[in-house]
Formats: sequence, structure tokens, C-alpha cells
Amino acid sequence: MKKESGGSALIRALADENVDLLFGYPGGAALHIYDAIYQQDKVQHILVRHEQAAVHAADGYARATGKVGTVLVTSGPGATNAITGIATAYMDSIPLVVISGQVASHLIGTDAFQETDMMGISRPIVKHSFLIQSPEEIPEVVKKAFIIAKTGKPGPVVIDVPKDMTDPNHLFDYQYPKDIKMRSYSAPSEEEESNVDEAVSLLEKAKKPVLYAGGGIIQGNASEELKKLAKIMNAPVTNTLMGLGAFPATHENFIGMLGMHGTYEANMAMHEADLIFALGSRFDDRTTNNPQKYSLNAKKIHLDCDYGSIEKIINVDVSLNGDAKKILNQILNKIDPKNIDKASIDLWNNEILNWRETHGLNHDLLDKKFHQKQILPQQVIQSLYKSTNGKAFITSDVGQHQMFAAQYYKFDEPRKWINSGGLGTMGFGLPSAMGVKFAFPDEDVVCVTGEGSIQMCIQELSTCMQYGLPVKIINLNNRALGMVKQWQDMQYGGRYSSILYEDSLPDFVKLAESYGHVGMKVEDISELEERMDECISMKDKLVFMDVYVDPDEHVYPMLEAGGNMSEMRVSKTKKTF
Amino acid sequence: MSHISILMENQPGALSRVVGLFSQRGYNIDSLSVAPTNDSSLSRLTMVVKEEESVISQILKQLNKVIDVVEVQNLSDIESVSLEIAIVKLKITEKEAKKIIESAFPVVGEIINHKDEFVMIKLIGSNHEVDDFLLSLNKQKFLEVTRSGLLGMGTGENFLISESETTIEY
Repeated sequence: MKKESGGSALIRALADENVDLLFGYPGGAALHIYDAIYQQDKVQHILVRHEQAAVHAADGYARATGKVGTVLVTSGPGATNAITGIATAYMDSIPLVVISGQVASHLIGTDAFQETDMMGISRPIVKHSFLIQSPEEIPEVVKKAFIIAKTGKPGPVVIDVPKDMTDPNHLFDYQYPKDIKMRSYSAPSEEEESNVDEAVSLLEKAKKPVLYAGGGIIQGNASEELKKLAKIMNAPVTNTLMGLGAFPATHENFIGMLGMHGTYEANMAMHEADLIFALGSRFDDRTTNNPQKYSLNAKKIHLDCDYGSIEKIINVDVSLNGDAKKILNQILNKIDPKNIDKASIDLWNNEILNWRETHGLNHDLLDKKFHQKQILPQQVIQSLYKSTNGKAFITSDVGQHQMFAAQYYKFDEPRKWINSGGLGTMGFGLPSAMGVKFAFPDEDVVCVTGEGSIQMCIQELSTCMQYGLPVKIINLNNRALGMVKQWQDMQYGGRYSSILYEDSLPDFVKLAESYGHVGMKVEDISELEERMDECISMKDKLVFMDVYVDPDEHVYPMLEAGGNMSEMRVSKTKKTF
Repeated sequence: MSHISILMENQPGALSRVVGLFSQRGYNIDSLSVAPTNDSSLSRLTMVVKEEESVISQILKQLNKVIDVVEVQNLSDIESVSLEIAIVKLKITEKEAKKIIESAFPVVGEIINHKDEFVMIKLIGSNHEVDDFLLSLNKQKFLEVTRSGLLGMGTGENFLISESETTIEY
């Protein structure tokens, strides 16, 4: 049996956990670990340019692959820089293991150089955290961290490693545990038959059902089961921002995303439904509008692996707590197609189609008749959709461009849409695209961003150069912090407080070129589609496509704050209430 | 008011995770007591929280999610007994102290220390009984009090014990 030090045991444990990529940034407290990385070849370390990007890259990798993303940072500023990334993953329930160096045990609490209380600072934004107290416990802690990160409701786990725990001179027998005992933790499984029976009976009685599916269906790999249920019932399906791709966007039962910027028909359907079946979604405030006015006539069923999410915001008639795939299979085994009120559901689907015809999204904006002087951001997404045949991995930053991408790129498969839904982290797009591209080097990976967001992690163009990552960056450049501007237009009388910076924007083309990438600038709608094709076809180059879009375009529909799900603005001049 | 019993891993950080659940959400813990059990790897924590029913039910769910928490019991939902221990320091003579103890019923009192002109009395009683007793004391002579917070335990077969360990293999 080969003896290991704490540092080499840590890396060997990652290899035993089948970790191939470790995103990170070195520093004093982590140097023993970095030396151990140098002396092996199973785990490849990816050097980013900022710790936040390391976490986002691991996060993108995790979202695209379904595996656990792994990060290594040093103590102090390395740890605090990682915090935004950890919070981002926590809010979206993404499995990560984040290893942070820490000052030596005897220095903890002395305000030592680069000391910060990582356990304390990360506590509210992790699923769990460990402080290594002896080098010998490292293999077991790593095993526990991976199990906790990926089972149940996934989430980030922090392992804080004081420098003396990785001392290369302290050697011990290494053994990676096959299984571990945790008396306080168990993964969710099936639901009791009686609850499933109640849910099935509500589904069979429904005349106006909506299946409202979120990120939990993607995390729980339950898309196929959801499709089967939708087919048996012929029921409309809406996805949350996090759930896009859980149900195919081009499927005839799909009624679009719901919520703040959801489609008119999806929000109307939620308001008028007589049964809402929430699947792996958590009634987030962006999807319910005012909870007191939320879908008052609907019976509600909530399936979630997290018991704590059930009845947190909206009271429900039936709760199903456990694994989405298992519970959906329990339902599929019990539901009797003969008992479903097909005739009523047909009428319901027609009602929804009528709503779509009134105020639905226009997916044909590339048609010549919509050509104006300025490029509409929606047209850019439609062009991207065409050029990539709807098959690309799309990562996004946060703002208007994120909503346009969510509305207009029709995601047909899970794990293709990668965005910071819960925390809303600007700067997420580019590093997460790197993580996806590492995992899927042969697939198109596109970061849809804005000139505000991209500047929050723009330094990663350098990482992309180092590792030759040919991601595509589509920059919807409206020369302003667009989503804030939209709110200032609508609610603050057009007083543009601190959102304008047109004269100080970099020349993105030159910037990209300075890193050895390809830069492109597009200002004319007549050349948009051709340039987009050209951009996507450069398979071995990172292309930064800077598209000047109409700075006055707003995202619609938009739920009216404090209202119910039917109260929307559908354009600058039209309201439904 | 809810009275909650928690069994959790006896290790650093566990208590701050439990307490953090409350502070993160802006809820106040009215009283808290924690100590290892007969199994020294486990701590038993008892707390009193004054919040609405819906808040309590959400807190219980969130507590169950904390990895270090092994078992949670809402004592307010089951038949249980509870009591509180307090120590008071009074500037009185031992004779006066004995008189106070005699009239303290239902609170049970005992002199545990007498130094210079100060007497310390140990008290055991229910939450309200201890409250009432402290209110009855002469404010000029009543110098200090420390209270354990409410301790509690379910009656009969209402045990708060850990279920058998789950072994997870991957």
C-alpha cells in the first residue's frame, strides 16, 4: 500500500472519485496540494484567472454533464472570491465540491496572513462543509462530500483544508472507502402509495391541468417520464427558467416558459388552471407573482426531492416528496388513460392556443418584413438558433439577453441551457461555457451575454486562449445595463441612474483579438444571419461576436408586480389588466 | 410558542448550522440549551421559539435538512414534560433565603452558596413558575439570574433517538 501525505491523498481521492478536471487557482495555503497535483496525471488542473470563474466553470461542467464539479482555491481572498460562485451553485442546486486551502491549524483565529473563516463565511450557501482536522480523515471526508453534493437535492460542499493537514512529510496508509456511514443523511426515494393515489386521482379528474416542470426534472433525469405523463394526459407543459429543456420546446404540448418573462399563454394557463402539478420546481417568486393571488382555482400537487421546498410558499393539496424519476414512474403505473377527461383537456388546449395567437411570442422575426434599422436582440437569438440547428449548449449571463435567450432559443433537451437562475449572477456566462466546452469539446457551446455581464468575467478570455477553448460569445450590445434600464423606463420615469457607459466600452473586437481570438462586429440586420453562420462554423476558434442591438428594446411579456399570473404587460403600450 | 428537541452530531460547526437557520431567516431563539447525551458523539439541543405555526413547520423541515442533525422532535406536538433550572444571586441573609424558598412553591429551591452578604439559590420549576418566582423577588435585593432555558422530553414511548445508521454505497 502506497503511503500518501494529506495533499497527495486529497488528489488521489479525487481521482478515485473519477474527477478528471479540477478548476482552480493556487496560493500559499494550497501549495502542498498543488505540488501533489504536479506529481500525478489523473486529475487535470485548469488554471483560471479568478476564483469566481473557477467555480462557475465547475458549475457549468456539472450542469452539462450531471457530474460533480470540482474546485480548488487558496485561503483568504481565494476563498472569498469563490463565494459568489458557491452561492450561484447553491441557489440552483448544482453539485460541487469546493476545496479551499486554510492557514495552518495553529494559526486559525489569529488573523494570520490570508486567513478567513471559510466555514463561517460559506455556511449559509453550502449544502454541507467540512474542516479537515487530521490528514488521515481526508479520504473519508472527500467520499462524504461527493455523496452529499450529488444525492438528494444536490448542492455545493466545501472542504476547508488547513495547510498543516497537507504536510508532505506526514505520511499515512491511504485507503479510499467503498461506502460510508452517515446516520443523519439519506437520499430521497419513492413516495407512499396513498399519496401517489391521491395525486393520480387529481390528475385523472383535471379538466384544465398544467404540468409545471423545473430544474428538478433535469437534475433528477426524469424528462422521459414527464414526456410520458404529458402524452397520456395530452396536458400542456410549461418549464421554469431552470427547467428549460426538461420538456422539449418544440413539442406540441409545450406552452413556453412561465413567470416574470414567461409566455402569455403559459402565465394565463397557470392563472386559469384547475390543477397545477409542480414537478421539481419550487414556486419561486419569479414564477408565482403575488402568492396571495396565485392560481386560486387550482388544486395543486407538488413533487420535490426537498421536503423543505414543499409548502414553503404555496400550500398544496398533495405533496410528493422523493426522487422525481421514481415517483413519476409510480404515477405512470397507476394512472389510467381511460379515466382522463380527454374532451375537457382538448378544449383547454384550444383555449391556450387562442392565447398564444393573441399575444404569443413571434418566432419569425428574421422575416424580411420585420427588418428595421436596428437589430432586435430577439432576432439575434433566432439567428443563433438557426445557425446551431437548436442543438448548441447555451450559457448565459444575467439580464435582458438571458430572458431573450430563454424565450427564443427552443431547448429540446435537458442540460443544454445553462444559466444562473436563482442567484442571477452576472459574469456566469463565459466561465460556465468553458466548463461545458471542456466536457463536450465537439459540441457547439455558445455564451449569450451582454456588454455589462461579459465585463464581469472578461479575464477568462485568457484561460480560453491557454486551453484553446473555441466557445462562441454572442454579445447583445445595447450600450447600457438593459434590464435595469427597462425597470427605470417602466417604474422610475426613465431616470437612467448609473446604467450608461457607452463612451467607455472597450472595442470588443480588438479585445478578443489581443487574446488571439476572433472578433466580429455586426450592426446591420442584413448581415446578421450570414455572420452568425460564419461565427458558428469556425469550430476551432473562439469568436467574440459583438452585435449592436436596439438599446430601447424591452423584454415582454412581463408580470405586473403584486398582481396575479394573468396581469402582464405584453408590450410597451399594451397591458392585459 | 414551540418547544423543539434536536439530536445532532457533537462536532464543531454543528451548533452554528442549527442556529444559523434561525438568524438567516430573521427568527429569534427564545431559549437554547445544549449538551452531549449518554452517547458522547451526539448532542441534544432543546430550544424554545416563539413564531407562528407555519414558520415552525418550515423551521422543522429546514432543521431536518441540516446534515449534522440526526433527529428533530416538536415537543409541542406530543405529550412531554419540561422544566427549567435557574440560579439567582440575592443580597440577603441565609435566614431570609430560607424563608423565600419555603414560600416558593411550586418552584423547588435550595441554597447552593453563601459568600459575604450574598446568597445563591438553585431553582427548579416550569418556565412560568420560574418567571413568576423571579417577579416576586424584591428588586433591590435581586442581583443576578442565569437560566438553563427550557429542557424537555417526550413521555412514554416518545423517544428522541437516532434511527439506525444508513450506509450509502456508490
